[in-house]
Amino acid sequence: MGENLRGKVAIVGAADTPVGKVPELNAFELCADAIQRVLADAGLRKEDVDGLITCNSMSMPLLYHAEAMAEYLQMFPRYCMAVGAGGGTTFSIIHHAASAIATGMADVVVVAMADSLRSGLSRQQAMLVQSSTGHPQYEQPWGLTVPAYYALAGQAHMAEYGTRPEHFAEVAVACRAHAALNPAAQKRDPITVDDVLNSRMIADPLHLLDCSLVSDGGSAIVLTSAERAKDFPHAPVYLLGMGEGHSHEHISQARNLTTSAAKEAGERAYAMAGLGPRDMDFAQLYDCFTPTVLIELEDLGFCAKGEGGPFIVDQGIGPGGQLPVNTHGGLLSHSHPGNPGSMFALTESVWQLRGTAGERQLGKADVGLLHAQGGILSSHCTLILGREAN
Amino acid sequence: MERTFPTSSALSDAYYAGCREGKLLLQYCSDCQQPQFYPRILCSHCGGRELAWREASGKGHIATFTVVRQPVSPAYEAPYVVALIDLEEGPRMMSHIVNCDPEAVRVGQPVQVSFENWSETLTMPVFQLQG
Repeated sequence: MGENLRGKVAIVGAADTPVGKVPELNAFELCADAIQRVLADAGLRKEDVDGLITCNSMSMPLLYHAEAMAEYLQMFPRYCMAVGAGGGTTFSIIHHAASAIATGMADVVVVAMADSLRSGLSRQQAMLVQSSTGHPQYEQPWGLTVPAYYALAGQAHMAEYGTRPEHFAEVAVACRAHAALNPAAQKRDPITVDDVLNSRMIADPLHLLDCSLVSDGGSAIVLTSAERAKDFPHAPVYLLGMGEGHSHEHISQARNLTTSAAKEAGERAYAMAGLGPRDMDFAQLYDCFTPTVLIELEDLGFCAKGEGGPFIVDQGIGPGGQLPVNTHGGLLSHSHPGNPGSMFALTESVWQLRGTAGERQLGKADVGLLHAQGGILSSHCTLILGREAN
Repeated sequence: MERTFPTSSALSDAYYAGCREGKLLLQYCSDCQQPQFYPRILCSHCGGRELAWREASGKGHIATFTVVRQPVSPAYEAPYVVALIDLEEGPRMMSHIVNCDPEAVRVGQPVQVSFENWSETLTMPVFQLQG
């Protein structure tokens, strides 16, 4: 076990572009916009930044995305890379950046991600490019959409634990209730369990409202060392725990259809932070489809395995619930521009921990957990953030 | 618009050649005797590099499934049932459940392989409900 990163690195800037339908900026321009916004939030000049991480874009893929972004902004970083995927990768990259800061490879790192799935691709293109996560020889020929891949896990959870479509629907209802309090969210009109169950069936058991949005949008944060973090305009938000888990890429090869590597990711993050699920004031859980949230609640230890449905109903994950989940509205109701999706959970967590989340500000927000996954419940990363370094 | 055909490689070509002959082939490791799916250049259990094709019984049961109501492209006609099949021999694979009422499909049901010609050169292994 190497030296622990707990409390050594902090987030000192957070900013989102407008999300939803943003046709006036393409994916690349959205990313540049996000960077300019986050520099303003952190009170930095671009010359102060020596690390830049972006993600590739599905609507405008580039071989050297981060380098092209640096060129566009005329930045000359000494630490620069683009990651190829989103979901859990977005959080994994945060601990890579934290390691770079702790080892002196960079002092001030901007992580910026954007894409235009709504305006930059046709509906058909967006569907095909995302479903290409399937195995090209033994899965893709069967014609699954991304919801269909996740539906396989949802159906297995129902068969194994007696989970019902109503339980999945509660996740969508809770995320929408959070989004109703967030002026930036793409979808804000409240919905009911019946609305979800009566929406068009996409891939059993997933209805249209069990599925996340298709959006344009960008988001960025700034990371620096805990020592330097005290000199920034906003109170720092410290990285307390980080952990990954990887069990497969293709769902047909999953070790288990209902228990994911969120379990290992969470255990590793809790161990680093010296905290447990009961210490969390909120959780931002990757909600590309509603069953994912149930599985994450269970695997991250918020309830026993198989009891995600009853937990959501009895304890509540909406505003005022025992465990507020996705306080910005999540991918289901805030936005889902593809690879950048998890970023909005990160910026929202920073604002909750700063105490600047407006109408949706939680009464107590000292420590929060973030979890994201990519592939098809494949690649997991958990982050634990807090207001205090210790 | 056409369906997504499997990309070609020596191993996938050999596997789909088996399907054209009406055989569902699994790789067996000559060292540890374990079967595996999908085909690989090495045994995913023990790392053995000597693998032999053997015909599977084609029997299995549904580990999970979904009914795709909105197709991924116009080349696929909805609704269609996609399932993960646990083969009698152990390995799990993805396929379609065909010739069935999609509303009647359940986790755990026994299934049997059959073969469907998608083109003059491509035959796919699909499954039908048993009993």
